[in-house]
Amino acid sequence: MSAVDTKQIAAHREVRRTGSWRTRRNVPLYLMLLPATIGMLLFNYYPMYGLLIAFQDYDPLLGIRRSPWVGLDNFRRMFAQPDTWEIFRNTLGIAVGKIVVGQVAAVLFALLINEIRTNWYKRTIQSLSYVLHFLSWLIFGGILLDILALDGIVNRALAIVGLPRLFFLGSPSMFPATMVVADTWKEFGWGAIIYLAALTSIDPALHEAAAVDGAGRWQRMRSITLPGITPTIVLMATLSLGWVLSAGFEQILVLYNPAVYRTGDIIDTYVYRAGLLGFQFSLGAAVGLLKSVVGFVLVALSFWMARRFANYQIF
Amino acid sequence: MIQERTVGSRLFDAFNYVFLGALGFLCVFPLIHILAVSFSDRAATTANLVTFWPINFTTLNYQEILRNGQFLRSLMISVVRVVGGTTITMLVVILTAYPLSLSADFRGKQFFKWALLFAMLFQGGLIPWYLALRSLHLLNTIWALILPGMVQVFYIIVMVSFFRRLPTELAEAATVDGASHWSILFRIYLPLSLPALATLTLFTAVDHWNAWFDALVVMKTPRNYPLQTYLQTTIVANDFSRLLANAKVSAQLSPRSLRAAQIVLATLPILALYPFLQRYFVAGLTLGSVKG
Repeated sequence: MSAVDTKQIAAHREVRRTGSWRTRRNVPLYLMLLPATIGMLLFNYYPMYGLLIAFQDYDPLLGIRRSPWVGLDNFRRMFAQPDTWEIFRNTLGIAVGKIVVGQVAAVLFALLINEIRTNWYKRTIQSLSYVLHFLSWLIFGGILLDILALDGIVNRALAIVGLPRLFFLGSPSMFPATMVVADTWKEFGWGAIIYLAALTSIDPALHEAAAVDGAGRWQRMRSITLPGITPTIVLMATLSLGWVLSAGFEQILVLYNPAVYRTGDIIDTYVYRAGLLGFQFSLGAAVGLLKSVVGFVLVALSFWMARRFANYQIF
Repeated sequence: MIQERTVGSRLFDAFNYVFLGALGFLCVFPLIHILAVSFSDRAATTANLVTFWPINFTTLNYQEILRNGQFLRSLMISVVRVVGGTTITMLVVILTAYPLSLSADFRGKQFFKWALLFAMLFQGGLIPWYLALRSLHLLNTIWALILPGMVQVFYIIVMVSFFRRLPTELAEAATVDGASHWSILFRIYLPLSLPALATLTLFTAVDHWNAWFDALVVMKTPRNYPLQTYLQTTIVANDFSRLLANAKVSAQLSPRSLRAAQIVLATLPILALYPFLQRYFVAGLTLGSVKG
């Protein structure tokens, strides 16, 4: 390369660095980000302004600007109600139940299906396992309302084997467990996909070497397969932390009824029923704000931990 | 492949095949049962006889539903929502992912990324969301179903990580030839990203088809409900007034089989797409796990 060439390139770089060419070339980038910016401002950030009503006695006729400020009154009221503690407890209980049972079921399913050697059988079972994932909770909930009814097919099956009929959705003591099992039923196959992907990355040579050394199948599963997917299990468990205050709003909304509010009412259903339908906007916003803040802290924490311990990075 | 010949191992295999077969059946039996109920008549469903096969086969349930004006109107609203919502969301995904995927920094890029991330992680909650849509005058319009979901941060992240894995030489060569960012995105990036685009489009379309709660809040009249929200009125709220105005017909039909038929109709598009869903969704799930 001649000296002139190098000089020209250097000069060109200089122009780039000093700007105008580069700025002009970047104009399309800003135009591309414009729709998302508008969308975010209108539908993500503008609603946050509405959170102010958590500190007001909001009156829809007066609007946010003219409604009287009441400081932390809504929060005091919230914690003075005995219902509130019950709702938080229900939410946590159902969410933790779903996370634990759901993850265990997904891991077990992945381990078992990984042992199937007949390819068409494996594929068929896997396809069937996540068909329910694609149904909305309204649809699957509608199906459950039918099959779990007192005269539904599940109770008919129980009667045939001589068991008493169960009031799955109508008894407060059974409702949370029904929610956990129903959610696991709908999602275990989908949840297993990520573990199956992790399983394929385990080196088959490890298994062969262990088999040569006389390790049985059970032993290999315990000391090769399971450790192989442990990082994924830890990652998924960490990421689910941010979810503990959610517990699955749409599912509960479809399936619950006044008879099971005591054990089945969660934060989101309470905000909808008491806040929005019951016109207690400020109280509902206060409960929602508390959930958002705690949820945000937990998610941020879980992302930080995932990054720290599993080297997982979302952006 | 390691072959096992011990008795324990064979027993395990036998158990495993049977157990997983049962599990697979467990996932489709609700659908089969509902299908059977939907084709059965009132006598059979009230006597509770139907298991996996229709009894006193009838298509009356479907006829009644498909004759219903509100059902068809809601179906149309759903179609408009899916098409419009998916188009807008995907456009935003593509346009936003491109600038963020570039390795070069430009003013405001980091700020934008954090703003996007915060928008995903911190939600204002139901009531502020409702108040915002009200003050934007979107209540009771189809836009209230389409626009609020236009920025799907997670899908944008997936698209960014896909763009980043495209060979950079292509874009560099095009830049040297004087191509603008627009032509790099639309002429080079997009044709190479068809698998990712197909996956995310399907994701978004299914999301829109399955969404029902938002319309329950933003629509003031059930006339404007999309299909699944309309089904909510009969499935959950048990209100058949809009479906069964005709008393003579309702004597032959049971609410239970009508509900079942509606569930089947609302599930049909998903099941029809299922072969594609399966192929792309699984690919998409692993797409998302790629580190940026």
